[in-house]
Amino acid sequence: MGNILEAPEIRLDAVELTLGATRFRLDCRIPAGAITAVAGPSGAGKSTLLNLIAGFETPTNGRVLFDEKDVTPLHPSERPVSLVFQDNNLFGHLDVFTNVALGVRPSLRRLGPPEREAVSAALVHVGLAGMEHRLPPSLSGGERQRVAFARVLVRRKPVLLMDEPFAALDPGLRLDMASLLSQLHRETGSTVVIVTHDPEELRRLSTHVLFMDRANILLQEPTADFLSHTDMPMVSQFLAG
Amino acid sequence: MLTTAERRTAIGTGLSAFAALVVFVALAVYALFRPDLPPSQTSFWTPYTMRVLRFTLLQAGLSTLLSIGLAVPVALALARRPRFPGRLWILRLMAVPMGLPALVAALGLITVWGTQGMVNDLLLGFGLDEPVNIYGLGGILLAHVFFNLPLACRLMVASLDRLPGEYWMLAAQLGMKPAVIFLRIEWPALSRILPGIGTLIFMLCATSFTLVLVLGGGPAATTLEVAIYQALRFDFDPARAMTLALLQIGVTAVVLAVLSLLPAAEEASVTTGRRSRRLDGRGTASVIWDAVMICCATLMLLLPLGAIVWAGVRADLTGLLTSTAFRQALATSTMVALSSSIAALLLSVAIIGARLTVRETKTPGKPLLALSAALGTAPLLVLLVPPVVLGTGWFLLLRPLASGSSLTAGLVVSINTLMALPFVIRVLEPAMQEHRRKTGRLTASLGISGWARIWRIDRPALIRPALLALSFAMSLSLGDLGAVALFASNDFVTLPWHLYSRLSSYRTADADGLALLLGALCLVLTLIGTSGYERRGNSHG
Repeated sequence: MGNILEAPEIRLDAVELTLGATRFRLDCRIPAGAITAVAGPSGAGKSTLLNLIAGFETPTNGRVLFDEKDVTPLHPSERPVSLVFQDNNLFGHLDVFTNVALGVRPSLRRLGPPEREAVSAALVHVGLAGMEHRLPPSLSGGERQRVAFARVLVRRKPVLLMDEPFAALDPGLRLDMASLLSQLHRETGSTVVIVTHDPEELRRLSTHVLFMDRANILLQEPTADFLSHTDMPMVSQFLAG
Repeated sequence: MLTTAERRTAIGTGLSAFAALVVFVALAVYALFRPDLPPSQTSFWTPYTMRVLRFTLLQAGLSTLLSIGLAVPVALALARRPRFPGRLWILRLMAVPMGLPALVAALGLITVWGTQGMVNDLLLGFGLDEPVNIYGLGGILLAHVFFNLPLACRLMVASLDRLPGEYWMLAAQLGMKPAVIFLRIEWPALSRILPGIGTLIFMLCATSFTLVLVLGGGPAATTLEVAIYQALRFDFDPARAMTLALLQIGVTAVVLAVLSLLPAAEEASVTTGRRSRRLDGRGTASVIWDAVMICCATLMLLLPLGAIVWAGVRADLTGLLTSTAFRQALATSTMVALSSSIAALLLSVAIIGARLTVRETKTPGKPLLALSAALGTAPLLVLLVPPVVLGTGWFLLLRPLASGSSLTAGLVVSINTLMALPFVIRVLEPAMQEHRRKTGRLTASLGISGWARIWRIDRPALIRPALLALSFAMSLSLGDLGAVALFASNDFVTLPWHLYSRLSSYRTADADGLALLLGALCLVLTLIGTSGYERRGNSHG
């Protein structure tokens, strides 16, 4: 698949945001080209962190920086970011090919031959060769997430945000998908941020960890340091699963 | 989990209720087929019946197209703006026509769009001397859009609101333009439910009686139902009424058959559903377009409603309330509404009870399954034969007998009972099913049965849905003009008929006052009757 644009470091610089009664104050650095896991109890604000980076939320104060570039005022479509959610990554009424092709060109014009080839190649890459014309409801949960990965590949964006992408899959499948993700990451070298509830997944995939609680970032450190942070009750509770 | 005796009673009661229903409808239909009239008179395809049939289908088709065509941009606008202040109230406002008697709405529409109405005054003020004509096809279409645009809009907004929130985030991130969002996301969601909504609206418009009676009526603008009424009440031509009634059954049968093949649109969470975040439509032009769409739809609903209140309060309300005619009509209407809604409730409970009992039977066998399926068609049977047609059949049957007001009252009550049945079943069936599921095994293991079970177990859980259904059925009966129109006499006047005769004799001030009273009464009852849905939704939100 080849390398894409230079993967940026992501910085939240004194970002403030109020949602309902919750006030977020976020300040962190997410290293370039690494896989960073975001962990913490539910309601800690993990998805909000992703929404701020993707541009679905706009901070009331502070800036979101990709390397030195301030992306705070940019619309989601103008940020070099791809997204994978836990579910509903595909439009249920469009076939696999169209769902991936939307990543190449989100208009109604038909793709040219090279672009069509790129879509098919991406499907081969995620192990779904020949599934172009299947509809999402006829696929398994794992296959649907693979289609989402194929779209990430054709979009060639240097940042990949994932919100518990494997949480709906059973454990064996989760292992397969995690190794697919590491493989794709080795090839693209993009900056990956993955929200996870699963301590195994965090150990297996990430090199850095952001640990959040109640709208704050408590820890940001390499995974090895985080795993030895068992003196913090919240961390040991998380690692116990 | 019932004892054998209980099972027998439940199935027996359901069967008797269903049999009574079938006999009542079948007798009416049988009367329409009686061959004792000279053959020349019963010929089917006269130019007159053809013209009436064509107009019925034309106005229903146009009403459907207009209602849906205009509802689409309004629904898209409302779905695109999930959190502006007043959105919930606009969606609630769109439920109001459902509870408003057609006659009352017609009066409001005349006040706004009539010859001396607000719109024409405005047009004259601009120097245009072509007043909008509320009578004829235009008026019928206007009234049908008033009733059905909100219905279509609510169903469409519900279906758009149910789309996963991820879709809108993906659309924003992929940079989809509005046209692409429409064609790739919104239209596929709408196109799934449009055939169902369209057929439902077509059905409602093809069987609409009151609006056509008040706003159409001339020979050029008559539908089957109104033509039946005119044939019986003015021309006394039973043969023609029969022909028209059979045509009407033919039309409803075809529409119902189509409807049964299409997926139904669900309205479950229209007011309290999860609000998704929409990131499209941020541009000024888009905001203005949506605002205009929403405002136009709201005004189209608010103006006639406001006109009813405005004209109503200027009438001599105390004079009306204390008049003998009003009191008698109120007493008659209350009697009819109470008896028909209680009858509808009892019939529904019997039919649902039998169906649930068959469902719980381990190995029901073919006869029982067939019975259960037959019971399930009860609402369909009622829709197939519209009130005016039922009335015609019974009118023909009872013609040889001396007409008395108690006979008339019995018939109107029966017809209103049938009209309410599909709605009552729809409210009660899920509640009864859930109740059985929760308590069936426990009551059986404790050996609670008979009256003890009804009083201690069923009553506390089901009294609320039963009252809701009762309230809704009463509102339907109180606002109904169709059944009464055929049978009303000096001794038998209901509120809608009282209002209609005031309107026909140009006592407009009285009519306005009555419309306000009747409209308010029916709306309150409908609001009570539908309050359960929103409350259920709230507990999830």
